[in-house]
Amino acid sequence: MDDMDFIELDGVEKVFDVRRRTGFMRRERREVRAVDGISFRVPRGEMVGYIGPNGAGKSTTIKMLTGILTPSGGRLRVAGIDPSRQRTKLAHRIGVVFGQRTTLWWDLPLRDSYRLMHRMYRIPDSRYRENLDRCVELLDLGALLDVPVRQLSLGQRMRGDIAAALLHDPEVLYLDEPTIGLDVVSKAKVREFLRDLNAERSTTVLLTTHDLTDIEQLCKRVMVIDHGRLVYDGALAGLHEVGESERTLVVDLERELPPIELGSEPSVRVVKVEGPRQWLAFPAAVSAAPLVARIAADYPLVDLSVREPDIESVIAKMYVTDSRV
Amino acid sequence: MGSRRQMPAHYARALWRNEGGDVRLYAVVAAGGFRRHATYRVATFAGVFTNTVFGFILAYTYIALWDERPHLGGYDMSQALTYVWLGQALLMTCAMMGGGFEDELMERIRTGDIAVDLYRPADLQLWWLAGDLGRAAFHLLGRGIVPMVLGALAFDLALPGSPWTWLAFLVSVALGVVVSFGVRFLVALSAFWLLDGAGAMQIAWLAGLFFSGMLLPLPLFPGVLGEVARALPWSSLLQVPADVFLGRYAGWDLLRAYAFQGGWAVALLLAGRMLQSVATRRVVVQGG
Repeated sequence: MDDMDFIELDGVEKVFDVRRRTGFMRRERREVRAVDGISFRVPRGEMVGYIGPNGAGKSTTIKMLTGILTPSGGRLRVAGIDPSRQRTKLAHRIGVVFGQRTTLWWDLPLRDSYRLMHRMYRIPDSRYRENLDRCVELLDLGALLDVPVRQLSLGQRMRGDIAAALLHDPEVLYLDEPTIGLDVVSKAKVREFLRDLNAERSTTVLLTTHDLTDIEQLCKRVMVIDHGRLVYDGALAGLHEVGESERTLVVDLERELPPIELGSEPSVRVVKVEGPRQWLAFPAAVSAAPLVARIAADYPLVDLSVREPDIESVIAKMYVTDSRV
Repeated sequence: MGSRRQMPAHYARALWRNEGGDVRLYAVVAAGGFRRHATYRVATFAGVFTNTVFGFILAYTYIALWDERPHLGGYDMSQALTYVWLGQALLMTCAMMGGGFEDELMERIRTGDIAVDLYRPADLQLWWLAGDLGRAAFHLLGRGIVPMVLGALAFDLALPGSPWTWLAFLVSVALGVVVSFGVRFLVALSAFWLLDGAGAMQIAWLAGLFFSGMLLPLPLFPGVLGEVARALPWSSLLQVPADVFLGRYAGWDLLRAYAFQGGWAVALLLAGRMLQSVATRRVVVQGG
């Protein structure tokens, strides 16, 4: 293994046998291909977004990467280790945060769970204290250490969970929906922490999320999975092209007018009219400047703004395109 | 992938070497189990109250019974009353009617939170065993001592004179807790297949209540039923420790009683390990 192939997947598959009752005493066996031949490489120190709709196979992939699920086919390595064969060995080198689950002891103060991590990962005392102090400071946990976990808010608990996953200096961090259900302030705090972690310790991060702002703010590279297949792997910016995304020009005119018509620009179309305000959609690749000049020349323009494509709708479009195949 | 099915040798090694952890880790888990239950003081107080009330009800029932049939099952009146209060004191310690980790483990399997337990560098069974031993230690102190003292104040109990008998009793209780864990772990793992294991757990609780000797000492059960009841693992939970307490085992008989409990403990733990490995390998971890 070299640093370019820190996480390696070659044609990884996971097939579940689902048994379903179809009638009295009759059962039907059905194969569900949760992950259907996925290949990718993640170099050490990269922060990658791993996104897709519910049931696309994201969590199944993460579970295979931690070793708690064995792939049905293909080859999978993390730090040169086969996760399902050497789960315990790998566990010392990875950190996992499942946003909707907690590794913390529900009834006991946060501090007790950290003491447990100290023993579980056999962290040298000085290292443990150093890492704990750092997490406490950056994640603002000082006042929470002696509070039972059940009394923490969701955002506080999540920060507590992230700290718990990092005390043993993992080289890889899998984050499964780390900002789910958090308020804006908590989200910002978590993102800032992850950015610093990646920058200072070059921890490799694989981030699964529904919140595309997470991806926009943290990851240069994004992988999109749908129906167990990788449908996109590349720069975030490139997603727009693949998803044929459009930007929106919002135009305020002096008065109500019929929809704007620009004969020379067939790719521009009015998508909405509301009084004197009109919304025009145009391909993301087309420059807005000549359009604005044309409109200003032909119409009584008061104000305008350009809206960047909403990545969510870009991906939604991709899913639609994909399922049509 | 087929080579991963190395059988018992692998489990034995894991048990003895403490694969994926060390003694200190499981000591922390056990301490956590103790403190988690110690957190709930009101519940503990209410539990002590309940144990005491039931202790009195059962004690008067036994008095009526032993008045009619003295030396029933070879116990005299004060031994029978001692048996009643031991039952109340050990009810939670040996989790005869549940109340240990099993609900939590089943819930974690049902919701998929078990995934969190599985990626840790620790052994699932040892983890829960350590936690349950911590819990049992708390329940012995928190739920055992007060009912026993109240029972001893209200009735003439046959308390052991020798400290060695007390020690022998504690060893037997510890073995009983492990046997009880072994049964509950097996039942809890059934949730991997049953999705809702509450039914299986209720059957196990009922069996525990009846076959531990909680309602009536097992020597009172007639014929084959009695022999079967005494051979089942549940007799390790109350019947055997109580008989050790009452001094009914001496010398080799005591060792034989320990061997009986220890044998069940090992058998159940090994069965648990095998079921665990099948469960974690073959069964889908619930939830996305």
